[in-house]
Amino acid sequence: MTTLAVWKFASCDGCQLSLLDCEDELLAVAGRVRIAHFLEASRAVLPGPYDVSLVEGSITTPADAERIHAIRDASRVLITLGACATAGGIQALRNSADVAEYASAVYARPDYLDTLATSTPIAAHVDVDYELHGCPIDKGQLLETITALLAGRKPNLPAHSVCFDCKRRNNVCVVVARGEPCLGPVTRAGCGAICPAFGRGCFGCFGPAETPNGPAEADLLRAAGMSEDDIRRLYRTFTVSAFAEVAGDAS
Amino acid sequence: MTSADPPRLIGTDGLGALFTVLRERGYTVVGPTARDGAVVLAELASAEQLPSGWSAGTEAGRYRLRRREDGAVFAHCAGPVSAKTFVHPPRARLWSADRAPDGTVTTTGPEAPAKRFAFVGVHPCDVAALGVLDRVLAGGEHPDPIYTARRDGTFVVVAECTEPAATCFCTSMGTGPGATSGFDLALTELLDGEHRFLARSGSPAGAEVLAALPSRQAGEGDLAAASAAVRDAAAAITRHMPDEPLPALMAATRESPHWADVASRCLTCGNCTMVCPTCFCVTTEDVTDLTGGHAEHLRRWDSCFGLDFSYVHGGAVRTSTASRYRQWISHKLGTWQDQFGMSGCVGCGRCIAWCPAGIDITREAAALAASRGEPSGGAEP
Repeated sequence: MTTLAVWKFASCDGCQLSLLDCEDELLAVAGRVRIAHFLEASRAVLPGPYDVSLVEGSITTPADAERIHAIRDASRVLITLGACATAGGIQALRNSADVAEYASAVYARPDYLDTLATSTPIAAHVDVDYELHGCPIDKGQLLETITALLAGRKPNLPAHSVCFDCKRRNNVCVVVARGEPCLGPVTRAGCGAICPAFGRGCFGCFGPAETPNGPAEADLLRAAGMSEDDIRRLYRTFTVSAFAEVAGDAS
Repeated sequence: MTSADPPRLIGTDGLGALFTVLRERGYTVVGPTARDGAVVLAELASAEQLPSGWSAGTEAGRYRLRRREDGAVFAHCAGPVSAKTFVHPPRARLWSADRAPDGTVTTTGPEAPAKRFAFVGVHPCDVAALGVLDRVLAGGEHPDPIYTARRDGTFVVVAECTEPAATCFCTSMGTGPGATSGFDLALTELLDGEHRFLARSGSPAGAEVLAALPSRQAGEGDLAAASAAVRDAAAAITRHMPDEPLPALMAATRESPHWADVASRCLTCGNCTMVCPTCFCVTTEDVTDLTGGHAEHLRRWDSCFGLDFSYVHGGAVRTSTASRYRQWISHKLGTWQDQFGMSGCVGCGRCIAWCPAGIDITREAAALAASRGEPSGGAEP
């Protein structure tokens, strides 16, 4: 039986929780794969190697920078989960700041910390077979990827804009009909356009789409009343490092 | 009553009766309704849901619902949903396969539609778009069974356009604002004096439905008012395509420096193709379930603005934004003629209004026309 391991790096646990969140499908998943390492679900741990490893979180410490190599070596297929693992996450805000200054502001004893100056995606350290984007990931994409691997086929993980999915589900465009700021045109699809479906603009948690046009998007955001600072902050949330180029073009 | 019979007049109560009559005949009524800040096409239970008192103010990249005092029902234009959504759905199952415990595999074909649609209150540009889809999806050697199963037997109640939006250019494409063909019943909304509709049938089925509605004879004044309303609508249209053969224009401007200019504004987000009532391109994907015993082959709307759309062995053919925009407009206005003997554009203006960046097909065509003779810029792959 296919063995599955779930690994955590710097993250909030929300993405691996998406696996437990597959309530209706969880028994079917458990029937098809042997969960060999998933500390959030079970203390029982089986030794590697593993057929599939799901990796959550970003690399932020020297120890984690070592550990990810051991996981890669023990995994046939390695899939990263979420904005932290695929783009460095919110914690990548440190990449353009002084981590020592941050640490001294937050911790009473920063000398206890052993942290890197940057938060980097898993793919910056080891080869990654598939990336599931989002904060959190989409449960449907996780199941799609697992079922695809079980069937020996390629998972359907589109890289086009969120707008494709908005229109496919008949959402009314919040930019055109309401003048709301929305990152949908430059953001990778996969969430099913969930935020616009509830009448709010996309905040870009899946990171950039395949060919984002930063300057054109900046014009949209300005027309929606955003200042340059607002625009910078909008991009610097969940996938700050992945959007750096798009946002940089904007300013 | 046949299509040659004189037009009739129906009152606003006639719309309620129309819904009842269509539902009695087994139709699922699809019509305009105000939702989430726009007039969209949706399945409607009653005439109460029609967008009475709403019209749309549009501009490039902008759409706003506007309240109106006169209670007009069909004063909407260029909403984001067209009839395409119903006859060529965004997602459809082409086939599915199941494997039994003994290993035998059974397959089933496309899911059959459970509904027969009556489109009520669509405008002439949308009826023209259905004609385009008929040609593309059903008029060739291999009719698309998903389309034909939904399109065959539809009933079309066109509402002649009396309130064109600023993004409309149907007069350039010869599709409106009056209705000439492709409908079962045509309504012209009259707001001078009593709120009423001039109704004429365009088919035996339309005549039969019209005969079942409460109606009265239309007078000379009503006929004149209807003609004037449509004439005024035509005069109110401000956007135009260049007045020249568009396929030749597209062929002559393949290397225009203007493509780079469009590319600087285009988000490649795909909204234009998704809202276009004739853009029909799809992709397919396979899904399986966790047991491995069930597989489905699905079809989804795709867009030539996506990178994967032109993916062939080794990579995508159209990687630049310029090449993707050029592909879209060249097909829409140019090569569609070679392929299907008609224009792919019906002048509804949706791509103009619903482009977040406000890219305007009429202005781009005009700019391309003006760029002839300029040094070649071309679109890199």
